[in-house]
Amino acid sequence: MKSLFKKAGLTALVAASAIGLVASNAKAAEPIKIGSFLAVTGGASFLGDPEKKTLDMYVEKINAEGGVLGRKLELIVYDSGGNPKKAVPFAKRLINDDKVDILLAGSTTGATMAVIPIVEKAGIPFISFGGAGVIINPVKKWVFKTPHTDTLAVKKIYTDMKARGISKVGLLSGSGGFDKSCRKNVLALAAGAGMSVVADETHGKGDTDMTAQITKIKNAAGVQAMLYCGFGGATSIVAKNFKQLGVSIPHYQTHGSASKSFIKNADGGAEGVRLPAAALVVVDALPDSHPQKKVASAYKKMYEAKAGSEISSFGGHAYDGLMLAVEAITRAGSTDKAAVLAELEKTNNFIGVDGIYTMSPTDHLGLDEASFVMVEVKGGDWKMLK
Amino acid sequence: MNALSKPETGGILSLALIIAILPFFLPNSFYFDVVILVGINAIVCVGLNLLIGYAGQISLGHAGFFGLGAYFSGILVSNHGWSPIVALISGALFVGLLAYILARPVMKLRGHYLAMGTLGMGIVISIVLNQEGDLTGGPDGMPVAGFSIFGWEPGNELTWYWMVSGLLLIAVWMALNLINSPVGRALRAVHGSEVAASVAGVDVARYKSLVFVVSAVFASIAGSLYAHYSGFLTPSEADFFHSIELVTMVVLGGMASVFGAVVGAAVLTLLPQLLTVFHDYEMLVFGAAMMITMIFMRRGLVPTLQSAFNRWRK
Amino acid sequence: MYAEFLQFLFSGITVGAIYALVGLGFAIIYNASNVINFAQGEFVMLGGMGTVFFIGLGLPMPIAVLLAIALTVVVGFGLEKLAVEPARDAPIVTLIIITIGASIFLRGAAQLVWDRNFHSVDSFSGSDPIMVAGASILPQSLWILCSTVVIVIALHMFFTRSMTGKAIIATSHNPLAAKLMGIDTSMVLLMSFGLSALLGASAGILIAPISLTYTGVGIMLGLKGFCAAVLGGLGKPMGAIAGGLLVGISEAMTAGYISSAYKDAVAFIIILAVLFLMPNGLFGGRGTERV
Repeated sequence: MKSLFKKAGLTALVAASAIGLVASNAKAAEPIKIGSFLAVTGGASFLGDPEKKTLDMYVEKINAEGGVLGRKLELIVYDSGGNPKKAVPFAKRLINDDKVDILLAGSTTGATMAVIPIVEKAGIPFISFGGAGVIINPVKKWVFKTPHTDTLAVKKIYTDMKARGISKVGLLSGSGGFDKSCRKNVLALAAGAGMSVVADETHGKGDTDMTAQITKIKNAAGVQAMLYCGFGGATSIVAKNFKQLGVSIPHYQTHGSASKSFIKNADGGAEGVRLPAAALVVVDALPDSHPQKKVASAYKKMYEAKAGSEISSFGGHAYDGLMLAVEAITRAGSTDKAAVLAELEKTNNFIGVDGIYTMSPTDHLGLDEASFVMVEVKGGDWKMLK
Repeated sequence: MNALSKPETGGILSLALIIAILPFFLPNSFYFDVVILVGINAIVCVGLNLLIGYAGQISLGHAGFFGLGAYFSGILVSNHGWSPIVALISGALFVGLLAYILARPVMKLRGHYLAMGTLGMGIVISIVLNQEGDLTGGPDGMPVAGFSIFGWEPGNELTWYWMVSGLLLIAVWMALNLINSPVGRALRAVHGSEVAASVAGVDVARYKSLVFVVSAVFASIAGSLYAHYSGFLTPSEADFFHSIELVTMVVLGGMASVFGAVVGAAVLTLLPQLLTVFHDYEMLVFGAAMMITMIFMRRGLVPTLQSAFNRWRK
Repeated sequence: MYAEFLQFLFSGITVGAIYALVGLGFAIIYNASNVINFAQGEFVMLGGMGTVFFIGLGLPMPIAVLLAIALTVVVGFGLEKLAVEPARDAPIVTLIIITIGASIFLRGAAQLVWDRNFHSVDSFSGSDPIMVAGASILPQSLWILCSTVVIVIALHMFFTRSMTGKAIIATSHNPLAAKLMGIDTSMVLLMSFGLSALLGASAGILIAPISLTYTGVGIMLGLKGFCAAVLGGLGKPMGAIAGGLLVGISEAMTAGYISSAYKDAVAFIIILAVLFLMPNGLFGGRGTERV
C-alpha cells in the first residue's frame, strides 16, 4: 500500500507545484491591461513578430508620455505560434487569470475565429489583426478588426482589372486560412464584377516550387491575368517562379504581400506586380496633403529605428488597433468594457496608418475600398497607380 | 488476490482523490480550463500508451484519430443537428472501423516503417480536413455547438471538469484491466519479442490490431469531447505536431505506465503555460527540457521516479 | 504538351534532389545508430540561414557557404555528443523524442540569434532561366542536380575507398563485430552525424536561392526527407536518393496533372501504398530478424 500513496503524493506534488508556478504569474489590478496573443513564432511569424514589436514600442512610448487617463498601460503578450489551438487557452488565461481590460490580438484569422466564442461569452472588447472578412461579417458584438478584409482586396483588384480590360483571371492560392478565404471571395465576387476565373490552382504549406501550378495557369484558355492569394515567403516564390517561366500576363497579388521583404526576396520577380496596399506601405510616395501622411511617416520612422527592419502593413494593423483602443478608452473615461465598446463603435474618421476608420454598430472594421491604394512594383519599390 | 491490495487499485484511488480535492486549489476558470485540457489529453495518452508502452508499437499519426473524432462530432452536431452523444459514439465507431481496416497493413510494418506509415496516415487525414473546406470549414476551422445529453448541458467549467475526470478514471480503469488480462499479457509478450510470442502461440497480428483500434477509439472520444468543450475546431487538431505532442506526453510520462501517461499529459499541457515567462526563450527552453528529461529519465518520469523512491526506501 | 510535361519534370527533379540529400542524411545516421534524427531538417535550415548570416557579415558567398557548412557540422557533432550519446541504450522511442526536442531547441535558438523573417540568397550563377525544349529551368536547378550527383559519387567513393567510410559501413552491419575488429564505434557515430549535417547543410544552401530560407524551413523538408529515406528502405543510401526523386517527381506530376491541392497528400499516399506492399521499402529487401 505504501508505494501507491507515494505514487499519489508524487502526482499531487507535480500538479501542485505546477499550479503554484502558474499562479505566481498572476498580476495585480491598477494599470490598464492590454492582453495579446500573437503568432510571434511559427509559420505566421512575419505577422506576429512586427505586431509584437509595434505593440511593445508604442506601449512604452505612451507610458513615457504619461499613460492613458493617468494610468500606465500594461501589455501581456503570449505566443500562439500561429496555432489556433494554442491561442484559445491563452485567450482564456488573459481574460480569466490576467484579467485584462481589452484584447488586441489574433495575428491570424484562424486564431481569431477560434477565440470569438470565448470573447463573446466573457464580454470583453477584442480588436483582431486577422485578415478575413468573416471575422466581422456577420458582426459580433465585441469583435473588431483593423486590417482590410480579403473581400475589399478582391473588390479593389477586380475594379483595377476591369479598368484595364481584363476579364479572365487565373487564380493561385495557398492552403492557409487567408488564402482560402481570399479564394472563396475571388470565386464568389467574379460574376458580379463581370469576371470569370479560368484556372483555379492551389499549393501546399511550405512548398518551395510553384512552377507546375503557374504553368497550368499560363496555359489556361484565354487567361488574361494571374492573381495570387497568399502571404509570407510563398508570395516571393510565386513571383520568382512567375518570372522564371516567362509569363507575360499581368500579375496581381493581395495586400498579404505588401511588404518590402516580398520585393527583396523575389529577386527581381516582383517587378510589375500589382496589388492593393494600405497607405502605410507607400507612405513615402504620398503627397503631403494626404490625410494619413503624417501619422504613417511617424510610425515608419519609429518602427524602422526601433525594430531595425522595414515596415510592413502587418505591424501597422497593431499600431492602428492600439491607437483605436487608447482613443476609445480615453473617450470612455474608464476601462469599463461596455463603455469602451460603445466608444469603439463611435470611432469616426480616425486616422490610422493602414486607413481611416469610421466604425458603427454594424461596421466593426470601418474601412472601405477607398482606403486601399493600388500600387505596382517599379524599380524594386512601390509606385502608386492612379 | 484481494482487489484492494493490488497496486493499481491504490493508483486509481489516489487519482480519484486528487481529482476530488483539486477544485479547491484552482483560483479561477482559466485553471479549470487547463486541467480539463490535461484530462482530455490524458485520455488520448492512456490509450496511446497501451500501443507504445505495452505493445511496443509506435504511432506518429494518432492526432489524426483525435481530429477525426473531433470533426465527426463537430460536423454531425453543428451542421446536421445530431445529438452530441450519438455523434460521439458514431465517431468512435467510425474511427474504430477505420483503425481496424488500417491496422492489418500498418501493423505489418516494423519499427521506423511503422513510424512512417502512421505518420503518413496522420498527415493525409490532416490534409483532407484542411482541404475539404465545404465540409470542415477548411483551415480557418469551424465552430461546434455545446455538448448536451437529452437536454442537459454542462453549463460551466466545473461541470466539464467532473465529466472529463470521470471519463479519465473510466479510461484508466479500462486500461489497467486490459493490461492485467490475458490480452495484456499477450501484448507484453509481443512487445518483448514478436517472433517468440508467435512461436508461443500468440496471434500477434490480432493483438496488435486490437490495441491499435482501442487506442484510436480513446483518441476519437477525447477528440469529440474536445470539440464540444472548446467550441471551435481547426485542422491543426489532427496535424503532425499534435501527434508528436501526444507521443512525447506518453514517452515523457513513462511508457508502460498508465499513470505515467496521465502525468505526461499533465506536464506537457502545463509546460507551455509555465514557459511563457521565458518569452523569446520559450522554444529553446522547451526543447532543452525535452532533451534533458529524456536523457536523464529515459524510461519516463513516473517509472524513473518510482525506482528512485524504491531505492531511497531501501 | 511536351513542354508542360518537361516543366513539371524539371521542378520535380529539382525538389526531388533536395529531398534526396536530406534523406541521405537520415539514412546515414540510421545506419550508424538506428536513430531517426528528427533534427535533420534543422541542419538544412542552419545551412541556409547560416549562409545568410555570414553573407550579412560581409563575407563573400563561397566563404559564407563553407562557414555555414562548418557551423552545421559542429552543431551535428554537438548534437551527437550531448544529446544522443548520453542516451545510447535508451529505447528507440526515447531517442526519437530526444531528437525532436533537439530540433525544437535548434529552431528556438536560431530564432533568437537570427530572426523570424524570410531571407533570400543570390543564385550561384544568376537567375535567368534557360529554355530547354519549351520548358524553363533555372541555373540554380542545374547547380542542385550537379552538386547532388557529385555528392553521391563522392559519398560512394568515401564509403568504398576510405578507411573511415568502410568503418562506418562495417559498424552499420554489425556494431559488435566492428568493435571487435578495432573500429572506434563512437567515433563512427560522431562522423555519421557530421556527415549528415554536411549533407543537410548542403541541401539547405542549394535550395535557398530558389525557395527562400527562414528558421522554419527545416520542418517540411525534414519530413519529406524522412519520407524519401523510408521509401528507399531506411539505411540504404541509394534508396534514399531514389526515394527523394520519386517523391519530388510525383509531387510535381500530381500538381501538374491531377490536383495541386492534394499534392502533399499524394506523396504520403504513395509511401503508404509502397509500404503496404513492400514493408521494407523499395530497396529494403526482405528483412530478417534475429530471434
